[in-house]
Amino acid sequence: MNVAPFARSRQLGKVHVPTVTLAHGGGGKAMKDLVDDVFVEAFGHALSAPLEDQARFDLGQLALHGDRLAFTTDSFVVDPLFFPGGDIGKLAVCGTVNDLAVGGAVPLYLSCAVIVEEGVSVDLLRQIARSMAATAQQAGVSIVTGDTKVVQRGACDRLFITTTGIGVIREGVDLGVHRARPGDAVLVNGLLGDHGAAILGARGDMALDSPIESDCAPLHELIADLLAAAPGVRFVRDATRGGVATVLNEIADASRVAIEIDEEQTPIREQVKAFCEILGLDPLYLANEGKIVVIVPPGEAAAALAALRAHPLGSGAAIVGEVTTGEAGLVTMRTIFGGRRIVDMLVGEQLPRIC
Amino acid sequence: MKYLDEFRDREKARILIREIESLVATIDIARTRPIHIMEVCGGHTHSIFRYGIEGMLPEAIELVHGPGCPVCVLPMGRVDDCVAIAERPDVIFTTFGDAMRVPGSKKSLLQAKADGADVRMVYSPMDALAIARRNPDREVVFFGIGFETTMPSTALTILQAESDGTSNFSVFCNHITIVPTIKAILDSPDLQLDGFLGPGHVSMVIGTAPYEFIATFYRRPMVVAGFEPLDILQSIWMVLKQIREGRADIENQYARIVPDAGNSPALQAVSRVYELREFFEWRGLGSIDHSGVKLRDAYGHFDAERKFAIPNVKIADPKSCQCGEVLKGVIKPWQCKVFGSACTPETPLGALMVSSEGACAAYYQYGGVKSHVAVA
Repeated sequence: MNVAPFARSRQLGKVHVPTVTLAHGGGGKAMKDLVDDVFVEAFGHALSAPLEDQARFDLGQLALHGDRLAFTTDSFVVDPLFFPGGDIGKLAVCGTVNDLAVGGAVPLYLSCAVIVEEGVSVDLLRQIARSMAATAQQAGVSIVTGDTKVVQRGACDRLFITTTGIGVIREGVDLGVHRARPGDAVLVNGLLGDHGAAILGARGDMALDSPIESDCAPLHELIADLLAAAPGVRFVRDATRGGVATVLNEIADASRVAIEIDEEQTPIREQVKAFCEILGLDPLYLANEGKIVVIVPPGEAAAALAALRAHPLGSGAAIVGEVTTGEAGLVTMRTIFGGRRIVDMLVGEQLPRIC
Repeated sequence: MKYLDEFRDREKARILIREIESLVATIDIARTRPIHIMEVCGGHTHSIFRYGIEGMLPEAIELVHGPGCPVCVLPMGRVDDCVAIAERPDVIFTTFGDAMRVPGSKKSLLQAKADGADVRMVYSPMDALAIARRNPDREVVFFGIGFETTMPSTALTILQAESDGTSNFSVFCNHITIVPTIKAILDSPDLQLDGFLGPGHVSMVIGTAPYEFIATFYRRPMVVAGFEPLDILQSIWMVLKQIREGRADIENQYARIVPDAGNSPALQAVSRVYELREFFEWRGLGSIDHSGVKLRDAYGHFDAERKFAIPNVKIADPKSCQCGEVLKGVIKPWQCKVFGSACTPETPLGALMVSSEGACAAYYQYGGVKSHVAVA
């Protein structure tokens, strides 16, 4: 009679069925196999170490990067899961990396929690996990902990991902939404609205064939270059949901200043403009996943612009406007036509106009 | 964008503004009160705000933002009917996007969707017909809304459904016609309008002849206008020129799109499928004779009003709402008692706060430049 050894070396489990079932969320062997096969395999660490319930960090090592922790979380529910220029996995890594980076932090560690609808193919999960791993490598972060839940058909839309991130803020960096002052320059790092247009186009319900790709990208390097070249930068934020218009309103409100942007200087791709014309949307409110709004004192505007343009993810950077002494909280745009209008917060979702 | 940027040229705008200024200086009525020009169409209202045109015009010109936003003028009772149809378990309710937010007396279509109704946004009625073909066991209802601009596409979709025998498709018809409403505005005793910018896309279908009565009976000039900012400035200039010369004519600035005779295949489809209703209710304006259309008996099997029992309850506009006076140019949006307080785009009381084409929503969101922002 063979006796099982008391302690076995940890071996990676394997899934042998094509689709995820409720059994994969049950906490037993099936779940371990799914986690191993899909996530541990892709994220490529701790192969020999036992999986603990938490990741553990050496504080001394963290402190080498700076003097404050940055901690953020974001959920991703994008439809479709794959779109031109990216997928939900790439988005989930970039989104959290960027949320850390815009605070002046060096992004270091990510968690990955997934909620999977039963019936999703295991290959699809593998593909998404590999995309997350590749993006994490590009962004210089490790995915160190995670969770998997499987829910009944109809309880979620195929796959939802939540990533939480830890980074360390460099010493001396102090960025804040309340710090904009009249005279400051407003910069963006390139063409606006690509992600929103790509997603709307990829959904297919508008019956529009659009060649627009999402701008989804990790911006940690770009922001590091920016902060090195222009240490006086007041504030950086990624212009995701709600677009640049929403970020500008948040800045104007928190800093009690007015902001005026110039439509002519605002970089928007011709295809995105045309897409918005047809659907009656405003590109200023379209989501971006690789674009930041930067507020910088006038003396450092040129240096900031040059630093952004020197990086491949900032080659289309532009100074789009100025912080002014106008009515606090008001964002206006000088239109391409020579007029002026208010750029307010969006009330709900942008809905296409009838005619 | 080619064919659009040409109509957004800042230098040409400056020249036109100068021409408008010198023309206004020669018009007598401008010495005692502002000249009121109504843009009938919500598309114009949207462009005027989007490009900040009001702030570029001389003080002596006041633009009055008219009733031409079909989403805005839809009465609450009709939205309730939509919700009642949409909430039937056998129904897929399809609609243009911006109609989803219009409040009914209890909820909007957006809320009905959140509560479980199968409400889907489409960009064309043909998309709704395609959904009907893909779901033969469900009833697919298209929310037909809009003026003559969208009326033909709904009519052609019904004709298509007829020819391919799709029986699980129907239209909840709320199409309206602008001409009786312009007449109702012209008949109102407190009217203060000196001229009109005519609706470009409606005219692309109906042509310019239906407006002749405005010039002959009411002696008001109208210029059918395009939607780009230079179109609008040029059309304002043309209206002013008529006023200056004491003329009242129907002119066509948008000739690159609008044939004077309209679009005859579209008109044929419209008259084949629809007939005038005796009256139709407009939010903010009340009941207006012959201002709506319904499906003819021959197409009754595509009529959601006949297919389903709808509540058809008339809901009065809120008493505090002054949309009617704003529409007629008697007061400006921000002079309304509830503007920005009880009535906001988040919780609209009145028609004009509902869609971004509504005058009040446009003022609230884009700002009346003269009232809020000093022009440098």
